Amino acid sequence: MSNEALVQEVTPVTASTEVPRLRIEGIGRDFHTRSGVTHAVSGIDLTIQRGEFVALIGRSGCGKTTLLRMIGGLLAPTAGSIEVDGRPLWRGNGQVDSNAITKLGFVFQESNLFPWFSVLDNIALPMKLRGVGKKERRRRATELAELVGLGGFEKSYPRELSGGMRQRAAIARALSTEPELLLMDEPFGALDALTRERMNLELQRIVLETTSTVVFVTHDIPEAVFLADRIVHMTPRPGRIRQILPADFAKPRSVDLQTTPEFNDIVRKLRHDIDEED
Amino acid sequence: MSRARMMKLLPWIVTPSLVVLIIVAWQVIVTALNVNPFIFPPPGDVWAAFVSLLNDPRIWAATGVTVSEILIGFLIAVVVGLVVGVVLGKLPWLEVSLRPLIVIAQVAPKVAFVPLFVIWFGFGLTSKIVLSALLAFFPIMLNVLLGVRSVEQGHREVMQSLNATTWQRFVQLDMRSLQPYLFAGMEVGIVLATIGAIVGEYLGGNNGLGNMVVSAMNALDAAMTFALIIWLSILGLVLYLIVNELKRFFIPWHESVYGLRTATA
Repeated sequence: MSNEALVQEVTPVTASTEVPRLRIEGIGRDFHTRSGVTHAVSGIDLTIQRGEFVALIGRSGCGKTTLLRMIGGLLAPTAGSIEVDGRPLWRGNGQVDSNAITKLGFVFQESNLFPWFSVLDNIALPMKLRGVGKKERRRRATELAELVGLGGFEKSYPRELSGGMRQRAAIARALSTEPELLLMDEPFGALDALTRERMNLELQRIVLETTSTVVFVTHDIPEAVFLADRIVHMTPRPGRIRQILPADFAKPRSVDLQTTPEFNDIVRKLRHDIDEED
Repeated sequence: MSRARMMKLLPWIVTPSLVVLIIVAWQVIVTALNVNPFIFPPPGDVWAAFVSLLNDPRIWAATGVTVSEILIGFLIAVVVGLVVGVVLGKLPWLEVSLRPLIVIAQVAPKVAFVPLFVIWFGFGLTSKIVLSALLAFFPIMLNVLLGVRSVEQGHREVMQSLNATTWQRFVQLDMRSLQPYLFAGMEVGIVLATIGAIVGEYLGGNNGLGNMVVSAMNALDAAMTFALIIWLSILGLVLYLIVNELKRFFIPWHESVYGLRTATA
């Protein structure tokens, strides 16, 4: 009890100086199956500063989604530690720290909107769970709907929206608690190529406007290079980090960036290295 | 004419046509085969009996009795079915241990219990309410149980990532997800509750519409028996439509409501 109070007092002081938004040390996750133990993720070290956009990329089975789920408080790691703003996310008993998890926002591959809520009520759900008053909820949710380009659709049911619009709503929902860290698990994976390109531009605009820190899982190389400041390339069996490539292009980035040689050098190198894994 | 307009008009054309066709066929068969009206009265006799029935004050008193039995029995079934369904859905160990008993209770012919209910609860409303509730309970409880188990994994993860409390998950997710299942159970349940009340009155009653059917049969008044069956059908239809309307009001977002609305809009 006294320990808990101490941590709470200390955290804000150190957070204001140079504690990274996310610090991952020696994280690992084993799955016990009938055929034995699978090391889905093993020995991952990664530090992410505030305002950074980091993409996790790799083949299916490289553990990128497993890693993101551990960062998101959805899956307990079997080794190592994760700190959000200097605060351990996982307690020893496999329970998630409720103060740390409230700093996170999660966007899934499926929008996972609740079909019985309107767009506005879906966006407001996280605030409702935190006891934010109805008036304030509506005000913030309306703002967020506007931010993600869903103005005029506040009263619609999710089923009345296209796939891209549903993901916009899911992003707005994740942003509604003003998370310190936005975690996105292939959020545009189910969208067609043209919608996806638009959503990438929109996401960039939203992230810049909200100065969010983002960890973004994708298997699309150009998408990763276009969005991210750093690209973390993971390899399977066990899931490890093979390399981390910077993509230092000025922001906001336009679609024209994708035709420049600098952009394509990174894309080519990543594609080559991922192909090489076999 | 557009396809959507067709879909909307179709039942309004087909249903009356079919009803007329059945009545004509009825009359033709009764006349051609020269059936004894005591056994199978012609439609004209049934209509005359139906009109006299509506002018008889006893029908309204009897309808009041039967409807109260149905509604009270149904309400008990909804409340108990919802609670038991949720508890069994949430506690798999309890459901597994009780499953054999539930199956036995479910397949047991509950109508056979009516004499016992009469002994226990008397000839009044209570024995019919009990049968009504018992018949409607199982489809409601089993549907709710299925609903509690059918919450989408993705929705659970949203609540998990939002650090929702157990109570919040229950109210905002479980109770919402099971609503379509509850209404599916209620749509079956209201029909069974109606059957329960009427069968109860057949077998052990001195009041209500079921009792009037038995009286008409004892008087060998086939036309009146038919007229009462038509009245009971209308009653059943109205009760079903009320439940259906409740569903449209409470879960307008659900495929079963929304899909139909857009298909016929």
